[in-house]
Amino acid sequence: MSDPSASAGTATGGDPVLRLTDVVKTFPGVRALDGVQLEVRAGEVHCLLGQNGAGKSTLIKVLAGVHHADSGEISWLGEPFAPVTPQAAMRAGIATIYQELDLVDDLSVAENAFLGHEQSRFGFTRRRSSAASTRQILARLGHPEIPPRRLVKNLPAAGKQIVSMARALSHDARLIVMDEPSAVLAHDEVANLFRIIRELTAQGIAVIYISHRLAEIREIGDRVTVLKDGRTTAANLPARSTPTRELVGRMTGRSMEYVFPPRRPAPEAEPVLVVEGLTRHGEFADATLAVAPGEIVGIAGLVGSGRSELLETIFGARRADSGTVTMDGRRITGVGAAVARGIGMAPEERKSQALLLDEPVYKNMTLASFSGFAHGGFTDTRDERAAALRTADQLELRPRDVDRPARTLSGGNQQKVVVGRWLLGGTKLLLLDEPTRGVDVGARAELYQVIRGLADDGVAVLLVSSEVPEVLGLADRVLVMREGRLVHEAPAEELDEDTVLDLVMAGSLLEGEPA
Amino acid sequence: MIAEAVRAKSPRQIDDGVIRNLGLVGVLIILVIIGIVTRPELYSDPTWVRNNVLTILQQASAIGVVTVGMTFVIIGGGIDLSVGAIIALSGVWATTLATQSYGAAGMIFTALVVGLAVGVVNGVLISYGKLVPFIATLAMLVSARGLAAQISGKQTQVSANATINDIASTKLIGIPLLVWILAAVVAAGWVLLNRTTFGRRTVAVGGNPEAARLAGINVKRHTLMLYALSGICCGIAAIMLTSQATSAQAAMANLYELDAIAAAIIGGTLLSGGRGTIVGALFGVLVFSTITNLFAINNLSTEVQNMVKGGIIVAAVLIQQFRYRSLTQLLKR
Repeated sequence: MSDPSASAGTATGGDPVLRLTDVVKTFPGVRALDGVQLEVRAGEVHCLLGQNGAGKSTLIKVLAGVHHADSGEISWLGEPFAPVTPQAAMRAGIATIYQELDLVDDLSVAENAFLGHEQSRFGFTRRRSSAASTRQILARLGHPEIPPRRLVKNLPAAGKQIVSMARALSHDARLIVMDEPSAVLAHDEVANLFRIIRELTAQGIAVIYISHRLAEIREIGDRVTVLKDGRTTAANLPARSTPTRELVGRMTGRSMEYVFPPRRPAPEAEPVLVVEGLTRHGEFADATLAVAPGEIVGIAGLVGSGRSELLETIFGARRADSGTVTMDGRRITGVGAAVARGIGMAPEERKSQALLLDEPVYKNMTLASFSGFAHGGFTDTRDERAAALRTADQLELRPRDVDRPARTLSGGNQQKVVVGRWLLGGTKLLLLDEPTRGVDVGARAELYQVIRGLADDGVAVLLVSSEVPEVLGLADRVLVMREGRLVHEAPAEELDEDTVLDLVMAGSLLEGEPA
Repeated sequence: MIAEAVRAKSPRQIDDGVIRNLGLVGVLIILVIIGIVTRPELYSDPTWVRNNVLTILQQASAIGVVTVGMTFVIIGGGIDLSVGAIIALSGVWATTLATQSYGAAGMIFTALVVGLAVGVVNGVLISYGKLVPFIATLAMLVSARGLAAQISGKQTQVSANATINDIASTKLIGIPLLVWILAAVVAAGWVLLNRTTFGRRTVAVGGNPEAARLAGINVKRHTLMLYALSGICCGIAAIMLTSQATSAQAAMANLYELDAIAAAIIGGTLLSGGRGTIVGALFGVLVFSTITNLFAINNLSTEVQNMVKGGIIVAAVLIQQFRYRSLTQLLKR
């Protein structure tokens, strides 16, 4: 571990606006921040790297006035700084865009942008002027087509992200903290995001940028600070020239590349899952595919291409307008039938769609199979715990404690709990929707191992991801989805990233070929 | 991509609330038709029809005022089960001999302050005591009625104040003053919800409390204010009911909490918070008082009335959901 204060980069020449020295924040039982150093200069994009649980979220909440540091110094624009409320932080010029989109669905775009600091006169809102200001900000963000009066719930995910950005800009901020802003964005939207960030920094606004995608950090970042276990393990590394090996090493404490487990030639087998001509109007059309035991099939596609909807329809959670789903030759008509036939699903929104966050891990794991642990209707928690612990070991769950509430686990380990649930139920087909969303690099490799291990044990896997390298690295066979249609299918080895990206976006390279 | 998605959604410009309110207007029309079919001889007299409409509105007035307050509380993510009890306590307190000696102004002031104070207690228990709204206001329901019974000695307290008693019988431009009060409260409620920072923050607090907090809104203080607002509405309703009966008692406004909640929900307010309209709530109240009226003109007993009312609540919501769903699906195609 090197001395964090030894500044390595001099990428941008602005004056330091924010400086954190030995900041500590503890929660009952956890030392979330354990001596954080951070220096951010005006007009720079300062990237914050760290695994889930490294303390990034706590750190930005301290800056946003949501949490209060126990000790250490924070100086903002040369003055000691300790915001008591979110409002105080915003007034001081620090705006935060949170990872979980913090918007109110039933308010309009303009109302969300100015929530908490409404343009008003004597308590009466000035709707016309705030709509006009919002329109201006949206235009500055490159999205003049978003109507300020549209309710936020009627916007696509990427549109909501833009509204979050608009809210930050509405504050006249001098520092904007962005927590994984690209996580819900499609490829072209990320390019737009970067354009906006460059405009902001050109005006002298500092940006703290958090992302798990190293490629993004290289493209947009100036300097990088790495956190591990609540401590700064490296500060002010140059974003473009620091080797990946070193960055990953600082995050994980070991040197590791982004590795995928080796493929094993799948035994020739009859497919378990057969989907024919599946259609839901306005979402996807005429989807035909099959998955065999021991095979991983990956669907590559943008957010909004219909891939998540397709997965949910296969699982029976959405009703198809036409087409059939059969598992082992039997029709799947609803979630009940799907689970009974051995289909398990790990949805995209883990927290809201899969986990009982306040329940212990073991209850989460046995959720789909607890009747198997019951005797005469009474549940046997000892058996449940034991079975959950075996699964936890198989999946290398950390911490190895099945009595913890699911909420306290990192994203990667939460995902293992969801996968574990279906393993306990004896699942034959696993549907994975963005299995590594919000999961850090170290935990990703482990998840890849787990998924490949399941396939080797004969489980059929159908996975969806917007990260092309992930689909290419993990899957045996790749389907490309674009605008609701499966447009291409090939073994993963015959595809490269550029080809798939091209297919996903426009399809000019292989246009005309049979899908 | 966003541009496409935004455009693709544009046929859905018709507001959810408008569709819902159209459904309620439909229900009202059906109820009137049932009235015409069952009592054609009454409906043939225009003077009777006019008076009957005013009767319905007058019966809707006090519960309507309470429903406006309730709608705010529910949109803000809470529930107020104590509204009936607050009315009883305000009404009883305003009609004690001691209070009556201060005249009409003293009585009105007392009713409003008692309503406000009880609302503030609710709000403090819920926001700062971290009690679940259901429990806090359930406890208040029991204890406020208990206190009202204690103060009144379980007696009916007759109002000897002519000004108060005249409120119910006064008409302005041919329309009862009580209806004017309802109209004023509904209008004020609409402006407050749709045109002020208070209303916008109410939607935020109920729809996504975490987002509201992170946006710098003082969620606790705002929640407190919502219950205080509901309390004031109850104080107003207490005066209206006292005037109508020229008396107050601990058992007055019985089950108003259920009527107000039902009216708000029928009017499209989401029980989980974050969505609702004042106009819808008003329609909900009107549906109820029209049903009551329908039973009255057909001389049916209140027992039958209550059974049918429960059925109609379920039916109205089911029909609405069905209409709403099929309409939006139609628009999507």
